[in-house]
Parts: sequence; C-alpha cells; structure tokens
Amino acid sequence: MSILADNKKLFARSRAIQRQQTKVSYLFLLPALVFFFGFVVFPMIMGIYTSFFNYTMKDFDFIGLRNYVELFGDATFGRSVVNTMVIAVASVPLVMLFSLWVATVIYQMPVFSRSFFRGVFYLPVVMGSVPVVVVWKWVFHRYHGILNWVFKSLGIINSNINWLGDARYAIWCILAILFTTSIGQPIVLYVASLGNVDQSQVEASEVDGCSKWQTFRHVKWPSLMPTTLYVAVITTINSFQCFALIQLLTSGGPNGSTSTVMYYLYDTAFRIYRYGYANAMGVILAIIIAAFSAFQFRIMRTDS
Amino acid sequence: MSNISASNKEERYFSTITKEQRNMRSPYMIFMTIVLVLVALLFIFPFYWIITGSFKSAAEINLIPPHWFPMEPTTAHYQRLFLEPAWQWLFNSAFMSLVAMVLVCIVSSMAGYVLAKKRFPGRVALFSLLVAAMALPRQAILIPLVRIMNTLSLSDTPWAVILPSVGWPFGIFMMKQFSEGIPGEMMEASRIDGAGEINTFLRIVVPMLKPAFGALAIFTFIIVWNDYMMQLVMLTSRRNLSIALGIATLQAEFGINYGLIMAGATLGSVPIVLIFAVFQKYFTQGIALGAVKG
Repeated sequence: MSILADNKKLFARSRAIQRQQTKVSYLFLLPALVFFFGFVVFPMIMGIYTSFFNYTMKDFDFIGLRNYVELFGDATFGRSVVNTMVIAVASVPLVMLFSLWVATVIYQMPVFSRSFFRGVFYLPVVMGSVPVVVVWKWVFHRYHGILNWVFKSLGIINSNINWLGDARYAIWCILAILFTTSIGQPIVLYVASLGNVDQSQVEASEVDGCSKWQTFRHVKWPSLMPTTLYVAVITTINSFQCFALIQLLTSGGPNGSTSTVMYYLYDTAFRIYRYGYANAMGVILAIIIAAFSAFQFRIMRTDS
Repeated sequence: MSNISASNKEERYFSTITKEQRNMRSPYMIFMTIVLVLVALLFIFPFYWIITGSFKSAAEINLIPPHWFPMEPTTAHYQRLFLEPAWQWLFNSAFMSLVAMVLVCIVSSMAGYVLAKKRFPGRVALFSLLVAAMALPRQAILIPLVRIMNTLSLSDTPWAVILPSVGWPFGIFMMKQFSEGIPGEMMEASRIDGAGEINTFLRIVVPMLKPAFGALAIFTFIIVWNDYMMQLVMLTSRRNLSIALGIATLQAEFGINYGLIMAGATLGSVPIVLIFAVFQKYFTQGIALGAVKG
C-alpha cells in the first residue's frame, strides 16, 4: 500500500518535472518561433493563399486556379522554365567535376596553401554578386571589354562580339559567371570529406598495386558519394535561384532569352505588379525545389 | 560530430606528412599544381580588375589593348563616389549584417540547445517543420514579406532586411547539431549545484558552443551583406540603400562610367573580403557542417 502511494507520489512528481521542462523548452524556443512563424511560415501561407487571387495594386478577387492555368499557357514562363533547367543541367556536372578536381589537388597541400586556394575559389562568393557582375559586365562589353580583345589577340574571333546583347551568347555568359560563384562551397565540402576517407583502405589498395586512378575510382569515389549528392542538390538549388546575375547583367533580355523563373517572378511582381500571378510562380518554384530537397534528405537518411 | 572528424583529419595529416610531401613532389602533382595556379589567377582576376580599374584615369580605363596596371593612378572616381552617400551605404550594410548576426546567434543557440537536449511534446514535429522550411526558396515568400513590412511600417528601413534573415531556420539547425555534442552530465552537474535553467545555459552551454558561434556569426554576416535580392525589394530611398544596392544603382545611372562603378565595387567588396580572410577558419567549418552528418 505504502509502495503504491510512493509510486503515485513519484509519478506525480516526475509529471510535474516534465511539465516544467516543457514550459522551459518553449520559453527558450519562443524568440526563434516568433521570427520563424512571423517571417517564414506566415508569408508562406500568405503566398499560397494569394496565388488563388487576381491580386494587383487595386484588385483582390478570388479566381481559383486561373493563375496556374494561365502560367501553363504563358510563353515567357515556359521559356523561363526551360532556361532555368538549362542553367541547372549545364552547371551541375561542370561544378561537380571541377570542384572535385580542385579538392583532390589541394587537400594534401600544407595547411596554408590549402586554405589559400580554398579562399581564392571562394572569392567570387564572398565579394557578393553585385561587384562580381558589374566587373564581368565590363569585361563582356562589346567595345570596352577585355574579353573581345583577348579572343581577337588569340585569333579565336575576328570581330567584336556583342556577348550580352546576342541571344546566342548571353545565356553562356551567365553560366560562366554562375560557375565562378558556385564552386566555392563544393570545394570546401569535398576537401572536408576527402580528409575523412578511410586512410587504411587507401593504403591497402596502394599496397595491392592499384594505380592512382583505380584507388580513386574504387576507394575514394564511393565514400565521397554522399557529398557528391549533396553538392548536386545545392548546385541545382543555387541555379534555380539565380537572380542577381540576370537582373544586373541582361534583365532577362535580349527578348526573354535569359529570363529564369526567379527573374520572371520578380519582373511580374515588381514591374507589372501582378502579385497573385507572381505568387503562383513562387509556389511552383517552391514545389520544384522542395522535391529536389526531399530527394536530398532521403539520400542522406538512407545513407546513415 | 564535425569537431571529431576535423581533429581526426588533422591527426592524420601530421602522421602521414612525409608520405604526403612525397606525393606533392610527383610530376603529376607538380603539373596539376601549375594548372591550378593558372585557374586560380582567373578567379582572382575580377577582384584585381575592380581594384585597379577604380584607380585608372578616364582616358586609361577603356584603352584597348588594356593597361594591366594604372599608369597614372587617380582618386578622381573615389571623390565622385563620395558625392553619393557611399559611406552611409557601407554603414547600412554593416549595420544590417551585424544586427542580424547578433540576433541569429542568440535566437538560434537558445532554440538549437533546447531541440538537442530537452525532451518535450512537439519537439519532433517542430524540428521537421524547421528542416522542411530550410528547403524552401526564400524568394518564393518575397512578395508576402514586402507586404508584411509595409504593414509593420518597416519598409525602407534596415529592419525589413534584418528580421526575415533571423527567421531563417538554418542557424537553429546548425546550433542543434553542435549542441548535441555537449555532454549531458555537465548540465546535470550544474542542475545539482542548484543552477537555474538560464544559468545552466549561460554558464555551461554558451561557452561550449563557442566554435559554433564563430561559424554561424561569420556565415550570417556574409549572407546578409550579400543578400542583394532582399535589399532590392525592401530598400528604396537613396540614403537607405545597402552598398550592394548602391553599386547597382550607380551602374543603372552611369552605365559605362566604369571608373566610378569600380570604385563603388571596391568599397563594397574589399571590407567583406578582409573580414572573410580573417575568419575563414570558422566559415569553412560552418559550410562543412552541412555535409558532415550530425
């Protein structure tokens, strides 16, 4: 009888402790939750909600799915989606291979040169997109830019090319700059995970007479797989979100040839003021990116 | 977790140093290093071109073939630049980045610690929601955010840029990963000593999170400094622009006055590059954490 009473008392006591712990936990979480719900969750819900409205400076009428229907028939949107895909598909393998190559060269270097190179390849990210873009815009300029002069001196081209004003070249210029601003993070990641490759396996394969390439292919590459997938996903997301480059370099032109979903969204919202329509684009973009990220988290979970 | 792997890496590095030195001297590595140096020059070039361009005279700047170095260095472009509120732009950028940095560190460490170390109802659901939100493109909520800032009368103030950056859950995620490495006995001991929750957090948890604070602080600083899109939609009047936005405005207004634009770009990029160079160690730790599973 007394044991039971003791248990009961203990139980009540532990429940009180738990209640107190819960209260403390939520108090610690409170500031984060205020910001998170106020500036992420709430705007997200607002964005989805208003995507069902004809929402402009003066109108706010419910129109159901008509924004979405219109999107599927919108040629500029179609073109922007294609461009976004082209940018992602072209940049992901390039970024991956190049950053892996840099990482394999620098990860065995002494600490100083390793961080020097890591810093150099991070430079375009740290400088920020605006300084990077304004200098590239100058480099690409038809008459004042250094690029035409270099190519002419090397005999690659005969006359000055209007790099940014010509639909055939503009998207490649954007890709080139995007490339320089995309490889910093993958290099850091690859250097970190090359350092975590099981060294005993590497040595064993060397003792067995494997060539450098075989060691890389059969020992290092498999253990880099999670990093490679992660790099693929962040590079894809970065390419999807590419905005500053386009806004400052070409404004989506010439003739929408360099418009991306992100740029078109901005243009629709802040130049034409069709908020509802732009929000519908945002929702679609979010769904695409969320799908990619879900893929990433699944990969990471199955791996561990 | 990342701390452990990092120290392993260093140990391995020191124990195999002779072998790696031998590796570095192989013809293959020498060739690769030369190629790498050439590529690295291409990456440094834009930065070099910005700084040298800002000192070239109007006559020199558009010369073809170009001068690789300003032959008649001039500060004329900087004198013109400071007729604009350029110092104010720089101050605005620094203010937004610093305030966001401090707020993110405080808010995220509190939340991350609790999510890692306490058990309470709703914990798993909340954490899943945070992780899911991290995958969301920030730009997708841009228009509603502008609307919210209008309603709060915060448009065209630094707070319109700062507050959304604090809501972003990356910091919470990072602090949770780090907090998991804190031994539970230490908090137990402090509780037995009669310390309250706040004391335990300040005296035990915060000191142990020091490297995490370093990484998150520099990370947030650079992200907010370079968050061009958010600045573009939130800030409008000339005095309230960030330095990035200021440069973009100069480009829109002065087109091919490259000297002036490069002077602005120098003012915008040199400080952040210096800050990065000083704190690079923390920064790379923070990035690597994204890949190393906690």
